[in-house]
Amino acid sequence: MIYLDNAATTPVRPEVFEEMKPYFTEHFGNASSIYSIAKDSKKAMDKARKQVADAIGAKPEEIFFTGCGSESDNWALKGTADALSKKGKHIITTKIEHHAILHTAEFLEKHGFEVTYLDVDKYGFINIEELKKAIRDDTILISVMFANNEIGTIEPIAEIGKIAHERGILFHTDAVQAMGHVKIDVNKMNIDMLSISGHKLGAQKGIGVLYKRNGIKISQLIHGGAQEQQQRAGTENIPAIVGLGKAAELAVKEMDETNARITKLRDKLINGLLEKIPYCSLNGHPSKRLPGNVNMSFDFIEGESMLLMLDMKGICASSGSACTSSSLDPSHVLLAIGLPHEKAHGSLRFTIGRENTEEDIDYVIETLPPIVEKLRAMSPLYEDFLKKNKQ
Amino acid sequence: MEYSDKVMDHFTNPRNTGEIPDADGTGTVGNVKCGDIMKMDLKIENDIIKDAKFKTFGCGAAVATSSMATELIKGKNVDEAMDITNKAVMEALDGLPPIKVHCSCLAEEAIHAALWDYSQKTGRKIKGLKKPVNDIEELHLDD
Repeated sequence: MIYLDNAATTPVRPEVFEEMKPYFTEHFGNASSIYSIAKDSKKAMDKARKQVADAIGAKPEEIFFTGCGSESDNWALKGTADALSKKGKHIITTKIEHHAILHTAEFLEKHGFEVTYLDVDKYGFINIEELKKAIRDDTILISVMFANNEIGTIEPIAEIGKIAHERGILFHTDAVQAMGHVKIDVNKMNIDMLSISGHKLGAQKGIGVLYKRNGIKISQLIHGGAQEQQQRAGTENIPAIVGLGKAAELAVKEMDETNARITKLRDKLINGLLEKIPYCSLNGHPSKRLPGNVNMSFDFIEGESMLLMLDMKGICASSGSACTSSSLDPSHVLLAIGLPHEKAHGSLRFTIGRENTEEDIDYVIETLPPIVEKLRAMSPLYEDFLKKNKQ
Repeated sequence: MEYSDKVMDHFTNPRNTGEIPDADGTGTVGNVKCGDIMKMDLKIENDIIKDAKFKTFGCGAAVATSSMATELIKGKNVDEAMDITNKAVMEALDGLPPIKVHCSCLAEEAIHAALWDYSQKTGRKIKGLKKPVNDIEELHLDD
């Protein structure tokens, strides 16, 4: 099996799993308890908190462990909205955010908040001038994703943060896809809040982080016990926290080397497919994209059909086609960058991870062209296109 | 989401793909917006559907329902063809995931569109057949 869906999730790294193991059966204590095995848990958690903090240039007390990236996004938006509703009820975000942001923003709209969804250009970049124009006196939060999950576009985060701070507005970024793949420094980049998800970088599923700059007060999302500095209740998931700490540390330590290797594979895959398959195109920016992200549209055919055929050949990928979701609309991200519906339906996303090899990429470049050919042979769109070309 | 073995069989080895150059009835339904387009050609002699071919732009379920619909319709007379409903196609495929049911509706509509075309050309009335709502006269790739 060739796994090329690392933006969906990643396997837990063996080094990470090793680090987690003792905290399932041996050091299982509840970190809130007083006896010594609980102290082990507390110590392990402190270490992990520092590892995550170091990975993004933050202080340990600014790291809050959550249940997942979606919770972090929900907390940042709902918590800010609730805490600052007296100051203002306007939030700025983008049209290409993950649903954890978009659906939370829509929820807030139902509760009296106004949300501006910024457009993006054909590469997926927001326009800084438009952002400036969108800012109002009652704007309380700007939330722009660090890197897009579908097309890999890396937004000008430091610049956005600077603008937010000049206007005294909080800045949150969903860094779920960027974490571990792009250098992050919350201070240099003027980031007030940042969401992380463990399973995207070799830790387990069900663990996330919200980085929250010292001094920023937002309302609680999960109420209950006094965990996480009395700001996020719930018994800490120690093994997952330990794993995330280790994964974050490793990712940052190995980033330059891993990125250089993965970027090479990415460009090889993009160029190989562009060369071998007529009527296909790259979605997103050629270079300002995540190292492992390849997103391409193949004209006249539909994504799910390609995915099923790739799966039969042992290749795991994903698509922005409506048929791979529960709605009839294709990816909101691909529509936002201006793709017509049929190109969005005909998209494939390959996300390369640290375990992929050059042989994997060669195999995809070899396997996909006949699949595209087979599907085009039974596509009425292709038939129509050929007839028109003849005329 | 999981497809039945029959769906996967018809997706992997679709029956009756292609065109009939001298088709007696042709219908194209669906649109690029929702990501499914089905074109069906019928060869009809003495009211009997002698041959059926399809071309489909769409997901696995769309291809499989097109394939199964052409299988079911062949050999039927044009009145009997009206019995090939989306339910019949779905049942023949051992079911579809709930979000894919609309694909089977498209197969039924493609049959109706092709029969309508035949009926228009020949004047042969087919009981229960109505003008297809989303028949596409011409495909516009750029809209």
